[in-house]
Amino acid sequence: MPAYYLEALTVTLGIALLMAEAFVPSRDKGWVGIAAALGLTVILGLTCLAIGPAAKPAAAWAHWPLWNFYAFDGLARFYKIFALLCTILVLLMAVDYRQILARFTDHPGSQAGTGEYHALPVFACAGMMWMASARDLAGAFVALELVTITFYILVAYMRRNVGSLEAGVKYLILGALSTGFLVYGIAWIYGATGTLSLPGIGELIGNAGASSDPINRTALLFGVALVMVGLGFKMGAVPMQVWIPDVYQGAPTPTTAFLSVGSKAAGFILTLRFLEPFLASELTRGPVLALLLILACATLLFGNLAAIPQTNFKRLLAYSSIAHAGFLLLALAAWQPLAAELSSAKVVSFYLATYLLMTLGVFFVLAQVRIQRDGESIADFNGLGKTNPPLALALTVLLAALAGLPLTAGFIGKFFVFCLAVQAHLWWALAIATIAAGAGFYYYFKVIRAMWWTPPATDTPLRLPPLSATCIAILTIAVLLFGIWPQPIWMLLNQ
Amino acid sequence: MLALLVLLPIAAFLALLCGAPARLTAIGAAALNLTLALVAACSWHCSSWAFSVPVLAKPAINLAFGFPDGMSVVMVLLTAIVTLAAVLSGKAPAGRETLYFGSSLLLSGGALGAFAATDLFFFYAFHELALLPTFLMIGILGRGERRAAAWKITIYLGLGSIVLLAGLVWLANLTGTFDMGKMAAAAGNIDPAAQKAIAALLLVGFGTLVSLFPFHSWAAPAYASAPAPIAMLHAGVLKKFGLYGLLRLAIPLVPDGLQVWLNPLLLLLLGNILWVGYVTVSQKRLDLLLGNSSVMHMGYIFLAIAALIAMPDNPLARSAAIVLMFAHGISIALLFDLTDRIERSTGSLEMADLGGLAKATPALAFMFGIAAMASIGLPGLANFAGEVLVFLAAFKSYTGTAGLAPVQLACIASIWGVVISAVYMLRAYRNIFQGPAVNLTATAPDLALSDRAAALLLIVTLFAVGLYPNLLLNLLK
Repeated sequence: MPAYYLEALTVTLGIALLMAEAFVPSRDKGWVGIAAALGLTVILGLTCLAIGPAAKPAAAWAHWPLWNFYAFDGLARFYKIFALLCTILVLLMAVDYRQILARFTDHPGSQAGTGEYHALPVFACAGMMWMASARDLAGAFVALELVTITFYILVAYMRRNVGSLEAGVKYLILGALSTGFLVYGIAWIYGATGTLSLPGIGELIGNAGASSDPINRTALLFGVALVMVGLGFKMGAVPMQVWIPDVYQGAPTPTTAFLSVGSKAAGFILTLRFLEPFLASELTRGPVLALLLILACATLLFGNLAAIPQTNFKRLLAYSSIAHAGFLLLALAAWQPLAAELSSAKVVSFYLATYLLMTLGVFFVLAQVRIQRDGESIADFNGLGKTNPPLALALTVLLAALAGLPLTAGFIGKFFVFCLAVQAHLWWALAIATIAAGAGFYYYFKVIRAMWWTPPATDTPLRLPPLSATCIAILTIAVLLFGIWPQPIWMLLNQ
Repeated sequence: MLALLVLLPIAAFLALLCGAPARLTAIGAAALNLTLALVAACSWHCSSWAFSVPVLAKPAINLAFGFPDGMSVVMVLLTAIVTLAAVLSGKAPAGRETLYFGSSLLLSGGALGAFAATDLFFFYAFHELALLPTFLMIGILGRGERRAAAWKITIYLGLGSIVLLAGLVWLANLTGTFDMGKMAAAAGNIDPAAQKAIAALLLVGFGTLVSLFPFHSWAAPAYASAPAPIAMLHAGVLKKFGLYGLLRLAIPLVPDGLQVWLNPLLLLLLGNILWVGYVTVSQKRLDLLLGNSSVMHMGYIFLAIAALIAMPDNPLARSAAIVLMFAHGISIALLFDLTDRIERSTGSLEMADLGGLAKATPALAFMFGIAAMASIGLPGLANFAGEVLVFLAAFKSYTGTAGLAPVQLACIASIWGVVISAVYMLRAYRNIFQGPAVNLTATAPDLALSDRAAALLLIVTLFAVGLYPNLLLNLLK
C-alpha cells in the first residue's frame, strides 16, 4: 500500500465523522470520539503495511510526481505512528471530558455542540502525518497550516468560557504572525536557492563551492532564521513561547494535551526535515548550530526557571513543555547526522516518544481532577495519596519521569541528550541543562509533595471512569517499562 | 543469580501493593535475601552470579549485575543485614503498613541494584530508585519538621545526583562504553584536563550524596525526622553509595584528576570531622546528634580515600575505607534503631528530659552502650578495625625523609575526632541512661523480642568483624 493512503484515509475518516455527527440523531456525542479513535487505530495498523516508492519501484504509483513532495522513510513512519497514537489518546481523553465541553458550548446540559470536537483532531492528525513526510517547503507549509487552523478552533472551543476564548484569540494572533514569518522565510530561501525542494536545497548548498553561480549566504541564512521563528512557535522555543502559558491554561484540557504533545512533535519533525540539508553543508552549519544553541539555552533556562513559582498545574505543565523543548533543542544543537550511532534525529524522536507517554498520562489525570474537583491548581491535588493511592502512585511515576528520574522513560531521553551534548563539547549548555534538570526536580516534586504530604481538602475520593483509568494504567506501565527496556522504541526508530 | 538478589525486594514490594501481609512479606524477603547474600559472599568468585540482559543494542546498555571484586560483596552483605534489621524492628503506624514496609523494601532493592550493577546506567539508576522512597517517607511519616527536612534532602540529593550524572556521562563518553569493566580497561586514555574536571564533578556529586562538608546540611535534619527503617537504611547503606562510587569509578578512572583536588579534599574532610564534630557536641536531641555524628564519621572514610589518592598503590587504604564503610553502616543502623526504641518507650529524645533509663530498660541500655562504644571506636568492635586501618593507611606513604605530607597532617588532626566522638557519645549515654530516673523513664518498657533480635543481629556483626576483621579483609583480597 503506498504510504500516502494513510493521510488520505485519515482525512476521509474526518469528513465521514463530521457528516455522521451532523446526521445521526443522538444526544450523547461520546460515540464520535470512540469511532474516531477506532478509525485511527485501524490506520495505525495500516502504517505497518505502508511502503514508499523504493520498496516497489515497478508500480505505477512509484513514479508519480507526488513523491517529490512526500518522503516515506523510517523517520516518517515513526512520526506518523506518533501522531496517530497521540490523537487516539487525546480523543479518548476528550470522550470523558465532554461534560465540561458541554457546559461551555451550545446549551449547558446538552452535548449538541461537542460532536465536532471529536472529529477535528483527526484533521490535525492528517496534517501532522503529512508534516512527517515533508520534502518540500510548500507542502510542509500547507500541512502545517492544516494543523494550525484546526487548533484555532480546538483552542477556542469552549465558547462560553472567557478563558478559552482569550486563549483562542491569543493563539490566532500569534499563530498568524508566526505563519507570516514562516512564509517570508520560505520566500527568502527560494530567492537564494531557486528551489523549494529540501533535497534540492541540500544538493545546491552541498556543492556551493564548485558551482559557478554562488549562493547568497546572507540571504539564505536570513531565510533560515525566519523559518526558525515560525517553527519555534510550534516547538515552543524561547522567545516564541509567549503564547504557551496562557493558551495552555485557557484551552480545553484535551486540546492542551494535543498542543503540548502532537503539535510540538510535529514542529520538531518539521524542524528536523528542514534543518537536515542546512546542517549537512559546511556553508551554513556554523551559524545554524549557533542559532540552535542560543535557542536551546534560552528555552531551557526560561522554561525551567519560570515553572518554579507556578501554582496552577496546567500552567506548570505549559512551562514544563517549554522546558522539554529546551532539552530537545539541545539535542539538535549537538548535531550528529542520521548515520551516527546516537544521531540527533533519533534522540529527539526517542525523547518525544517518552514525552508523549508521560505528558498524556499526566493530562489524563489533570482532566479528571478538573472534572471532579473543578480546579486545576496544585492545591487541588492535595492529599490524593490518601483519597486515591493508586492514582497518586501513577501520577508520582509520571511526574518523576517528567523530572527525569532514572528507571523511568524520561530519564533515558534526558540521558541521551546529555550524552549528545558531551560529545559535542557544549559545556556551557550542559551546565545550563544541569541547572534546568535540577529546577525540574523542584517543580515536579512540588506536585508529588502536595499529593503525599498535604492532607486532603475533601474526603470525597477521586473516582476514575474506566476509560481514563485504563489509559493512565497503560501509560504509567509503559513509562516504567521503557525506562528499563527502551529497545522497542529504539528498534522502531532504526527501521 | 544476582538479579534474583536485587529483584527479590522489588518483587516483594509489588506483592505488598497487591495486598500481601506487609510485615511478614518484608521480613521473609529480607531474610531470604540475607541468606542469598551470605551464599554469595562464600562463592562470589563463581561466574554464575553474573547476570546480563541487553536493554539497548546501540549504544550498548545492559541490565547487568556482577561482583567485579570483593567491595561489591561487602556492600551487598551490608545492605542485606541492615535491611533485615530494619524490617524486623520496624513498627508501622496503624493503617500505613504497606507504605512503611514497601518503601523499606524498595530502598533496599535500589541499594542492592546500585552495588551489584556493572553497567554505569543502572549503577546510577538504581541509586535514584532508592532515593525516591526516602524522600517520600520522610515527608509522609517523618517526625518533627518533616516537610522541611524532606524538601531539603530532595533538593540537595537531586542536585547532587545531577552533577554526578554530568560527570558519569562525560566518563562514559570518553571511554566509549557504559560497561564499568570495559571503562576500567580504557582508564589510561583520559587526558589530564578532562580528568581534572571529571574528578571535580564526581567529588561534588558523590560528595553531596555522602554529606561531604560543606554539602552535608541535609543529613542531620533528614535522619532526625525519618522513620527508623528509612534512617537505618539511608544512613547505614544508601549513603555509602557515594563512597562506593568514588572507589569504584573515580579512583581507577581519573587518578590524576583527583590528585589535583587532594588538598581541598583534605580540608573538606577535616571540616567533616572537626567542624561537624563540634556541631555534634552541642546537640540537645539524640536524633540530631546521631545525624550529625554520621556526617562526622564520613570524614574518616574520606581520609582513607584521600590516602588512596595520595598513594595509588597503597595496600591498606582501600580495605580500610571498605571496612569502615561496613562498620559504620552497621553501627549507625543500630544506633538509629535503638534511638527509635528510646522514643517509643519514653516519648522524647530531648536529652535534658531523660535520665536513668537504664534502670527500667537494662537491655536497651546495654545494647545502646555497645552501639555507642562501637561508634567511638572501642577495640573489639568493627569500627575500631576500620579506623585503625584508616590511620595506618594514611601513614603508609610516610618515609621519614620527606617529612609529613598533607595526608599525614590531616590524619593527625582527625585523630582529635576520636576524642570528640567519645565526648558526645559518652555524654549522651550518661544523660539518657544514668543518674536518677525521671518521670518519663521510670516506667518505660524494655525491648520486645523482635527488637532484640534485630539489634542482636547488628551487634553480632559488629563483634564478628571487630574481633576477626579478616572476615571482610579476605573478601577484599
